[in-house]
Amino acid sequence: MDIPSLTIDSIREGLLARRWSAAELATEALRFAEAENPKTNAYLRFSPERALAAARAVDERIARGEDPGALAGVPVAVKDVIVTRGVRTTCGSRLLANYVPPYDATAVERLEAAGGVIVGKTNCDEFAMGSSNENSAFGPVRNPVAPDRVPGGSSGGSAAAVAQGTAVVALGSDTGGSVRQPASFCGVVGVTPTYGRVSRYGLTAFASSLDHIGPLARTVKDSATLLGVIAGRDPCDSTSAPIDVPDYAAALDRNVKGLKLGLPREYLKDLTSESGDLIGRGVETLRGLGCEVRDISLPNTDYAVACYYIIATAEASSNLARYDGVRYTFRSAHSETLADMYRNTRGEGFGAECKRRIMLGTYVLSAGYYDAYYLKAQKVRALIAGDFRKAFEQVDAIVAPVSPFPAFKLGEKVDDPLAMYLSDIYTITGDLAGIPCMSVPCGRTAGGLPVGMQILTRHFDETTMFRLADAYEQTLANAREQN
Amino acid sequence: MKITEKEVRYVAGLANLNLSEDEVARFQADLDEILQHIDKLNEIDTSAVEPMAQVLFEGEETGTLRADVPVPPLGNEAALANAPQSGAGYFKVPKVIER
Repeated sequence: MDIPSLTIDSIREGLLARRWSAAELATEALRFAEAENPKTNAYLRFSPERALAAARAVDERIARGEDPGALAGVPVAVKDVIVTRGVRTTCGSRLLANYVPPYDATAVERLEAAGGVIVGKTNCDEFAMGSSNENSAFGPVRNPVAPDRVPGGSSGGSAAAVAQGTAVVALGSDTGGSVRQPASFCGVVGVTPTYGRVSRYGLTAFASSLDHIGPLARTVKDSATLLGVIAGRDPCDSTSAPIDVPDYAAALDRNVKGLKLGLPREYLKDLTSESGDLIGRGVETLRGLGCEVRDISLPNTDYAVACYYIIATAEASSNLARYDGVRYTFRSAHSETLADMYRNTRGEGFGAECKRRIMLGTYVLSAGYYDAYYLKAQKVRALIAGDFRKAFEQVDAIVAPVSPFPAFKLGEKVDDPLAMYLSDIYTITGDLAGIPCMSVPCGRTAGGLPVGMQILTRHFDETTMFRLADAYEQTLANAREQN
Repeated sequence: MKITEKEVRYVAGLANLNLSEDEVARFQADLDEILQHIDKLNEIDTSAVEPMAQVLFEGEETGTLRADVPVPPLGNEAALANAPQSGAGYFKVPKVIER
């Protein structure tokens, strides 16, 4: 079997035709992933026992003539900010290097119940804070397409694993673009569902009003199937929405004629010319499929980075307060008093980017600054969300770039935090508004670097987003076949 | 200058974060640059705007509450398993109260 070319459908077909068992597939997938991993450092650890147990359960279901589930036998990678019972979960942090969670995240529980096979936990920026995966305490990830470049972040390991073929699909998390940007850098599909669509129970909290769990995959259909499995109300997360989940994969009808697409002019001015050309061609392809393209404006876009880095860091400074040396494995060895234990544990445990964000977040919430920063940012957030609401009165979907530029070189931007923050401009707006958005590959630069096109739709309308992305992906595949 | 060295040390104290001298200097420069960018927000008049604390969806007022049904708890042993130091069923920390 050719592991990197597997899809959810081809695995199901192979299992039901008895070409191989789920246990055989899991063994081969693990062998392949372990052999390939040194090229990228995408995985922090593998979970062979758990994978084989899940695979055997699938084989038993098939032997009994039962439906083996929507993800039967599918090798899945899980970002290391999502907890897995009995499997170490580090969040890319030295602080949690030895943390073994006592429970499973709901998304993990659901994907295993559907027959998914977790092969391992993937590398990421520490506590999901970063845009390059260079903030991991366990070393950076290399982009499988261009090994001297970053895979993007913070879900860099999940994107690299899917691109490399060591997992068929993966779970990532997105607070400001951490699924879509690495997906675009590695040439795979990355989805940020509507805020509230997927339970965050078991997702280590970074910024609670912005955090999402989202799928990465090599095809739109596989990402849609995975989202369908993990989505829906969860009593363990009061922010998960009691709203029915449609069958996304079944809705992919390849007929997008008449859909109205908005092209926001504020998103096109600062692109590198190659990325801009590829997005432009993507828009033309969608027009060719019968979509009506309109010029639109999202006037408050320029304020999004400032708004986001106030809200996200304020919430992070509060969420990360729990890592104080009492409950979560790491405690500084050099502390006489309780206060010193807190300060030293955190000083020794957190990496530079986490400290920077804790400092900024604490500052903007501190006495005398709350109104000027945090309250102001919440008001600007309302304006940004309002921009989208008005746009969706005219159009069914918005098409935009994901990142101003393709994957950059390792080390190129580590010394300039503001420049790194500014590069999140096109992805953070979707998180601030809480709307579904995804990155779908739209070609490569002359140098061979992947570029992603972003599709954004109304709250809880993932279906339109997937239909557009799938029709577009199919058109590109057909064109490639003809050449 | 948006933030002084003294303020950096004060904020680090609020955050219970021990910083080295190098880090204090570095974060002062970084935060200063970031806060200058953030000043951009003052260009917008938000006097008539309601702040947005979270993303809301349509639903009944109690739609996000779970049924009030008891479920088995995590258990003391599992809850303490990741503690750097525990004993007698509790988390242990350095002594707080002097006799």
